[in-house]
Amino acid sequence: MNKPRLEGARQSRTRFADRYNAWLRHHRLSAADSLHRVLSNKLSTLMTFLVIGIALALPVGLNVALDNATQLSAGWDSPSQISLFLRDSVTGEEAAALATELEQRPDISAVQVVTSEDALAEFSALSGFADVLASLEDNPLPNLLLVTPTTGLEGAAVGGLRTKLGERQEVSEAVLDMEWLQRLNSLMELSRRIVMAIGGLLVVGVVLILGNTIRLAIENRREEIVIVKLVGGSNPFVRRPFLYTGLWFGFGGGLVAALLVTLCLWFLRAPVSQLAALYQSDFTLKGLGLMGSLNLLVLGGLLGLAGAWLAVTRHLADIEPR
Amino acid sequence: MINFERVSKRYAEGHDALREVSFEIARDDLVFLTGHSGAGKSTLMRLIMLMDRATRGKVMIDGVDLARVARRNIPGHRRDIGVVFQNHQLLFDRPVFDNVALPLIISGYDYREVGRRVRAALDKVGLLNKERAMPLTLSGGEQQRVGIARAVVGRPRILLADEPTGNLDPELSSEIMQLFEAFNQVGVTVLIASHDLALISRLRHRILTLREGRLVQGAACE
Repeated sequence: MNKPRLEGARQSRTRFADRYNAWLRHHRLSAADSLHRVLSNKLSTLMTFLVIGIALALPVGLNVALDNATQLSAGWDSPSQISLFLRDSVTGEEAAALATELEQRPDISAVQVVTSEDALAEFSALSGFADVLASLEDNPLPNLLLVTPTTGLEGAAVGGLRTKLGERQEVSEAVLDMEWLQRLNSLMELSRRIVMAIGGLLVVGVVLILGNTIRLAIENRREEIVIVKLVGGSNPFVRRPFLYTGLWFGFGGGLVAALLVTLCLWFLRAPVSQLAALYQSDFTLKGLGLMGSLNLLVLGGLLGLAGAWLAVTRHLADIEPR
Repeated sequence: MINFERVSKRYAEGHDALREVSFEIARDDLVFLTGHSGAGKSTLMRLIMLMDRATRGKVMIDGVDLARVARRNIPGHRRDIGVVFQNHQLLFDRPVFDNVALPLIISGYDYREVGRRVRAALDKVGLLNKERAMPLTLSGGEQQRVGIARAVVGRPRILLADEPTGNLDPELSSEIMQLFEAFNQVGVTVLIASHDLALISRLRHRILTLREGRLVQGAACE
């Protein structure tokens, strides 16, 4: 089309706007024609939609589950609590002074003093060993400070704070109460990585599946491609309908994936809220949402386009008139 | 319009399809190309269509040296040439209208213009009432006329035909040839490959004869 002509051929007179319109027209034509082909081949199209939909729904569903778990555990996340057991030599007044001092630190939001007397009283009340304890000469329990770190402080920082407080000479031992929470968080991080890895693999799978579908479509229309090339169809012209085919398959797959995830969540909703009610929680499952579903559709479309591109660049150039 | 200068084509397996072929076809000429099968008729056509490139020598079409046409400009070159094939090369899953419209769609004409030109082309080949028919429901002669309509719909200045009457009976063949003559009379350069000597010698046009890749007759312009 961009070949300069010596004699006034039609195209050299075609102005840019005309060319743009022609380009747009062919895009519309290709999009409509390939959509028509995709939809008229109902059974095989449905199969392709399902394969892509399931492959996409798996990682997306796991991700939604993880998001829900994160939301659930966010309530317990930081601040975890640090218990400072003070040395026996530290008196109740000194403990109170230390508490006031620590409260000034920016990374600490609150300090609660539990004196050895309070602790003993609580212990004797709860343990039922009141008589035994009363017979003791000395109170064996140390003074205790319960330190709450500032909200939003990360696990590592809380650990650092614990170490720092443990190094003070008044403190005999500093214990981070909720180490299990950090383990949970690490576990969640691990799960997220695993989901990402699975998702990556499945995405590659989707691209390959679509590439193969498009390759078959190209094979089926081999003669047509030869004819189009014979009468002067350029590579982009021949490529266009197949790229749209990939796009439609991808969209369809994304739609199926969004439906599957929504369906699963709907299926789980009742038992989950029942379980939450038993724990006095008003937790509800969070779904994909409109934006999430749209993103899934777009993702599917992009993957379809990628697969089609892969197939088209590999196979279309081979088909030349012989 | 079509100019061959000492053109040779040797295929990879060492077979010489054309040897030192030189000729010139002037604008508005109608020329027949004949010879036994394997003499190089198709190869010559393929060189003009840029389905192959010459091993040696120079092919000029409308003043353009085909050796200088880059790969990406081949489609543009093909749009300037109308081609009729022996086996029609129609899209059998599309109606006649769509088949004839294909070159116009490729060139990006708008729909009204496409409709107008397709009907004009179908009218010329006498198939205006068949525009909605599927190619398989047409006779061999009608299919060939659809192929011709497709070849001329873009108003090319060169029309190539490779054995256009190959499968047709004599009466239909001469009808098809009359069509080509009609296009030639409105200024289209026409090159027709045919081994139907009886038919083409009756038509009194210049004849190029190939034998084993060499041009043995008709090299000079009359």
